[in-house]
Amino acid sequence: MLKGIAASSGIAIGKAYVIREEENAINRYEVKDTEKEIKRFLEAILKAKEEIESIKETAVKNFGEEKALIFEAHLMILEDEEFKASVIEKIKQNINAEYAVKETVEMFEGIFLSMEDEYMRERAADIRDIGGRIIRALKGEEKSSIGDIKDKCIIVAKDLTPSDTAQLNREYVLGFITELGGKTSHSAIIARALEIPAVSGIKGATEILKTGDLIILDGVKGIIYINPDESLIDEYQNKIQREMEEKRELLIYKDRKVLTKDGKRIEVAANISSKEEVDVALKYGADGIGLFRTEFLFMNRETAPTEEEQFEVYKYVLEKMEGRPVIIRTLDVGGDKKIPYIDVGTEMNPFLGLRAIRLCFERLDLFKTQLKALLRASIYGNLKIMFPMISKVDEIKRAKEILEDVKAELKKAGQKFSDKIEIGIMIEVPSAAIISDLLAKEVDFFSIGTNDLIQYTLAVDRMNEKVSNIYEPSHPAVLRLIKMVIDNAHKEGKWVGMCGEMASDISMIPLLIDYGIDELSMSAPSVLKVKKEILKSVD
Amino acid sequence: MIERKVIIKNPTGLHARPASLLVKEANKFKSEIMINKGGKDVNAKSILSVLSLGVSNGDEIIIKANGEDEKEAMDAIINLIETFVE
Repeated sequence: MLKGIAASSGIAIGKAYVIREEENAINRYEVKDTEKEIKRFLEAILKAKEEIESIKETAVKNFGEEKALIFEAHLMILEDEEFKASVIEKIKQNINAEYAVKETVEMFEGIFLSMEDEYMRERAADIRDIGGRIIRALKGEEKSSIGDIKDKCIIVAKDLTPSDTAQLNREYVLGFITELGGKTSHSAIIARALEIPAVSGIKGATEILKTGDLIILDGVKGIIYINPDESLIDEYQNKIQREMEEKRELLIYKDRKVLTKDGKRIEVAANISSKEEVDVALKYGADGIGLFRTEFLFMNRETAPTEEEQFEVYKYVLEKMEGRPVIIRTLDVGGDKKIPYIDVGTEMNPFLGLRAIRLCFERLDLFKTQLKALLRASIYGNLKIMFPMISKVDEIKRAKEILEDVKAELKKAGQKFSDKIEIGIMIEVPSAAIISDLLAKEVDFFSIGTNDLIQYTLAVDRMNEKVSNIYEPSHPAVLRLIKMVIDNAHKEGKWVGMCGEMASDISMIPLLIDYGIDELSMSAPSVLKVKKEILKSVD
Repeated sequence: MIERKVIIKNPTGLHARPASLLVKEANKFKSEIMINKGGKDVNAKSILSVLSLGVSNGDEIIIKANGEDEKEAMDAIINLIETFVE
């Protein structure tokens, strides 16, 4: 058994298909007819261009313009004057085209790898990718790509590149195992959007696993078994069977409104981290988006997303949800998540440090850009804005002031925005729960973030195995705080949602309903299960 | 041949999108267009060359253009650089 990170839930059993980046030996030989060799090189460039154009098209269709940008960069490199000139120069010295390309690629790769900037080092990978493609075209080889897979399998790779995932055929790909990447890597997001179980962060997976190995991939626990024994396979096969049956049975709840036995409406919503996940949320009958974590838009890149870029994403989500509520949380990052253009320095305790709203107050440029994009998108649906990690009244007042400043700026510029946007805060710091009577006067709603609230209340890091047994969602201190928050909000006529893991914990739901919770938000695949649980007491 | 000095003011410098926009613009002209930083000349029509120069925010670069449409090329490129905001 190997343990990694649970990147996308679900179970898969199947044969491994290992994608190794093998360096085929490229030999140098002398060519006599250099003109003919140059022609061969230029033809290979054309072929590579056609290939990239077609991958780009598929990518645009499956994932939208934005994800296809990388291929735009690849095309530019293929057309690069200096690149071509350097290869042709070498061919003129009687070197064969393959070797000339290899040497030129290595030269540029060297330049980029020696640069300090991570953006530049990533470009080195693009050049290598392009070089490989030209050389394959020269040799008349077809790349063994994910697109060519014709049998059901579990893909094992170092990491999946956008050009891999763009060609992926959902019918054959049962799961992903990657060496790199966490929950927010490109491949993890794609996996969740396509509902393919995935485990990432398994070091050495492409070395340890062989194509044809039988694998059980458990995307819920983040573990894989290699060539497991019959009994384990049976156990998991039963699990898959049960899950499939359950899924089918649950679909009857998809379009049902959830009312408690007292006739109170409970909204069951989905948490998402990218616009790609909206379709999954809708498929499972989510009544809304209870939490859109926007930090993913800011990760894995060199500069912050522009106002326009963010606007497009928020607009897309709001339009797709067709008037259902969409709670978008403003940037929630801090010292534990490294973002190159947001440097908070080294902190002893990043979880108690400059993070979330505290960081946004320090980086008003980022904060205001996000608020502008949100306001502009608000006319396309039912937007609610939520601020994370509020711990005192002053903070929500300040956040609202900044929001008003941005509104004034937009008004001045003649830009439209909705005047019905609800404003809420996360309740995840014990101090916020304790003064929730005061905070309730400042906002339209609360959303209780149980993961952090439990951690901060019980002073326990749930990732720390030595103390994780003390992490106890049903600790009376936690339950008292939750009840207090709901009571205080209702006294002011405000509503309360919950977006932590507790929201989908079947054993806790009766209690939460009893406390008077108004909304529950969770990962999309749990929505139906929770709807069923609540309706069970009524049906 | 004409030459103009310009200071790069956008935060990312000649990276990513700004670099590719610049190369696309340069390719619209017949003239030979070079960018010089710290005494090194590179071809402004080549994305790999422009990127490899590593131009950051605050750097001073010299644009050189040589050819029949050198004046138009120079104006277009200087204008473009001044619109960079990323």
